[in-house]
Amino acid sequence: MKLTVQDLNSHYGPAHILFDIGFEVGDGEVVALLGRNGAGKSTTFRSIVGLVAQRSGRIMFEGKDVSARPTHEIVRDGLGYVPEERRIFTDLTVEENLEVGRQPKRLNAPYWTREKLFALFPNLGEMKNRPGGRMSGGEQQMLTIARTLMGNPSLMLLDEPSEGLSPKIVEQMVDAILTMKKEGVSIVVSEQNLHFARLISDRAYIIERGRICFGGTMAELDARPDIRDAHLSL
Amino acid sequence: MAFYVVQFLTGLASAASLFLVASGLSIIFGVTRIVNFAHGAFYMIGAYIAFTLTERLSGAFGFWGAIVVAAFAVALIGVLVEMVLLRRIYHAPELFQLLATFGLTLMVEDLVVLIWGPDDLVGRRAPGFKGAIDFFGQNIPSYDLFLIVLSPVVLGILWLLFQRTRWGVLVRAATQDRDMVAALGVNQKWLFTSVFAVGVFLAALGGALQIPRDAVHHAMDLRIIVDVFVVVVIGGLGSIVGAFVAAVLVSELNAFGILIFPKISIILVFLVMAVVLIVRPWGLFGRPEAPARRTPGLTVNPWRPLTSNERLAALAALVVAASLPLFAGNYALTVGSEIAIFVIFAVSLHFLMSVGGLASFGHAAYFGLGAYGVAFLAKMAGLPMIVCLLLGPLLGCMGAAVFGFFAVQLSGVYFAMLTLAFAQIVWSIAFQWVSVTGGDNGILSIWPEKWAASPSHFYWLALGVAALVTIALRVMVFSPFGYALRATRDSLLRSEAIGINAKRMQWTAFVIAGTTAGIGGALFAYLKGSVFPDNLGISLSVDALVMVLLGGVETVSGGVIGAIVYKALNIWLVSQTDLSKLVLGGFIVLIVVVFPKGIVGMLEMLAQRRRKTSPPGSPLLAKPIESAE
Repeated sequence: MKLTVQDLNSHYGPAHILFDIGFEVGDGEVVALLGRNGAGKSTTFRSIVGLVAQRSGRIMFEGKDVSARPTHEIVRDGLGYVPEERRIFTDLTVEENLEVGRQPKRLNAPYWTREKLFALFPNLGEMKNRPGGRMSGGEQQMLTIARTLMGNPSLMLLDEPSEGLSPKIVEQMVDAILTMKKEGVSIVVSEQNLHFARLISDRAYIIERGRICFGGTMAELDARPDIRDAHLSL
Repeated sequence: MAFYVVQFLTGLASAASLFLVASGLSIIFGVTRIVNFAHGAFYMIGAYIAFTLTERLSGAFGFWGAIVVAAFAVALIGVLVEMVLLRRIYHAPELFQLLATFGLTLMVEDLVVLIWGPDDLVGRRAPGFKGAIDFFGQNIPSYDLFLIVLSPVVLGILWLLFQRTRWGVLVRAATQDRDMVAALGVNQKWLFTSVFAVGVFLAALGGALQIPRDAVHHAMDLRIIVDVFVVVVIGGLGSIVGAFVAAVLVSELNAFGILIFPKISIILVFLVMAVVLIVRPWGLFGRPEAPARRTPGLTVNPWRPLTSNERLAALAALVVAASLPLFAGNYALTVGSEIAIFVIFAVSLHFLMSVGGLASFGHAAYFGLGAYGVAFLAKMAGLPMIVCLLLGPLLGCMGAAVFGFFAVQLSGVYFAMLTLAFAQIVWSIAFQWVSVTGGDNGILSIWPEKWAASPSHFYWLALGVAALVTIALRVMVFSPFGYALRATRDSLLRSEAIGINAKRMQWTAFVIAGTTAGIGGALFAYLKGSVFPDNLGISLSVDALVMVLLGGVETVSGGVIGAIVYKALNIWLVSQTDLSKLVLGGFIVLIVVVFPKGIVGMLEMLAQRRRKTSPPGSPLLAKPIESAE
């Protein structure tokens, strides 16, 4: 297993957010974490990379428990994280944003160069010196994924990549994620958009009020319209 | 004409050190969000170490080598400080960070006197720059020309460092979003440490480069830090170009201000700062920041008025205090009066901080103004004591009204820096305007009239006023004004959205606190029989902050307990040791690191823990609560 999460509990101050979260990601797999707004998707990701201070449980990444380690060490081991709010550095140019994410080559993960990333996201190659603050939302979303790829992750947590994007950009995003998968990056993608998730994922988990309430293949999920309607429909 | 050119060049030369120190402060703040009060101390250590090294090493290489070595040595000290102290308080409220670094400054002031002695040290002239250049009959020291060339060179090097290196890119990224940089695999700890080292290096270099121009002495830290605060407020915190432009501006204003207002040259700088703050509150080259992280006032337990039992207890304590003259001697009563006066002072600042959420670093200004108000009325107008006591604090009130108007335009660290700068300006006026204030000699023989002259009578007077002031402020906490003020403190935007005029609330609170401090100052003038510039100095402002912190910012009555404990301790300490600054500084650092909730806060926490087990983690020091998604 690439990633195994067991009994993950997280708190923000006095509020208990995640309850005994558990899921697995296999080598080279794309797994969707589905759920409504506020279900706990982002908190799950933030807890895995150590950005939530109050958390307990086991997080096994490539066979090692990383739950007690600081964020930068987890990321350096090859666990890339793309936050929901994009959080690109608006004062820095595209090139400089990529530079912040750069990490040395890793043996068990695909190696990304700037050229390779500009091939994956052609828009970025055309605005290498543009400050991040003067890019469109779709371009920013591409930049934040490219920036994390500069760290050559073997597993990537992708938080709501399709949120707020135009259908045309979403199509590009699907292509990019499938390319990343083909290169050998395992991916966990959180989504509210079932249609988008179906285009890219092998398996899915559904999270509701901080608890995992379904796990299975996309086909198994399609066979259970009751679950889909109870937890995902708008 | 030539004279003005030379004056201009002198100003440019003074800007060099100011720019070095201010840019260092800005860089450190940008990444760590800490306003490093100890930056002046590092500047001073740089000068002292450079002095010693230049005395030992000979030749041109020895001199310039000594300057560079001194800066590196101080940078190393900075790294130690960062690793041992600052790493523990990065997630503490801003006020605690300012106080901890201030404690450090106090310790350094005593340490340099221990090592290098109290006398001014005059350093060597720089080899190759000993002479002066004749400019139409006016002399310009060639070393000044060297400094004039140096600052743009340093600016250029810094620019290259930040634009052209990976380290610079990481620093700029961290300035914007620290957590995201960590989430991309960068070790924040070492990034912070390296940034701190660079900032301290710049400060120490600024100090070392001053030795051919100025004597090295143990008060140069406070003098530079106030100028530096003014520079970063004008230029914009976090901007190196802003630091450069504002350093030049402030130095030129000083250079020409002496020609226009020889007695109170600092007025000109103040006026420019005021204009900048009105037009661009975030400084010329800064950028507006989102409402800052919440400072003290993050109350976990909602406040409530005292229960009737607690009222009885408070009344009993007051009765016990009032019976002190029955069994204590005159010395104890004088100490008691002083403590009562400091209760007034601490309670006024505590009100501003806990209820208003505004941490003033220059509260002594209004205490001192109240004292000077009494002195003017009693000595110049010859008014009776009661009238003086009633009208004297009005000077504090007016000072608070003027300065407060500008100060509340800002928040967080900017507010703290600005209030400190204002207090220092008032101090300079009291110090420089000898014909009115008596300067360093102060105003003497302001004695109470017969009815209040005996120690016991004066003690009762001070105690009575302290009790009244405390009660009045407490009532205000639970009045509609108090609720509105607390709403403003907790969320400026939301309170404005429900129709509260936030700035006016804060301004009102500032004036109330300033006037109350002035009442304390008025009594203090009669207690001591004299008024000195020290009555509005920085150390007194910090005393007040420590009292509040010691008592506990997040409590309603922390100020009273804090003032009693701290003042008693302070009076005892000064009588016991010559190194009171060292001990006090260490004490402040200790409170911030191990005791961040103060005495009353600790007691409340213990009481609460006995009732039920508290939720995991300390809410005060936990990371700011973000959106719960």
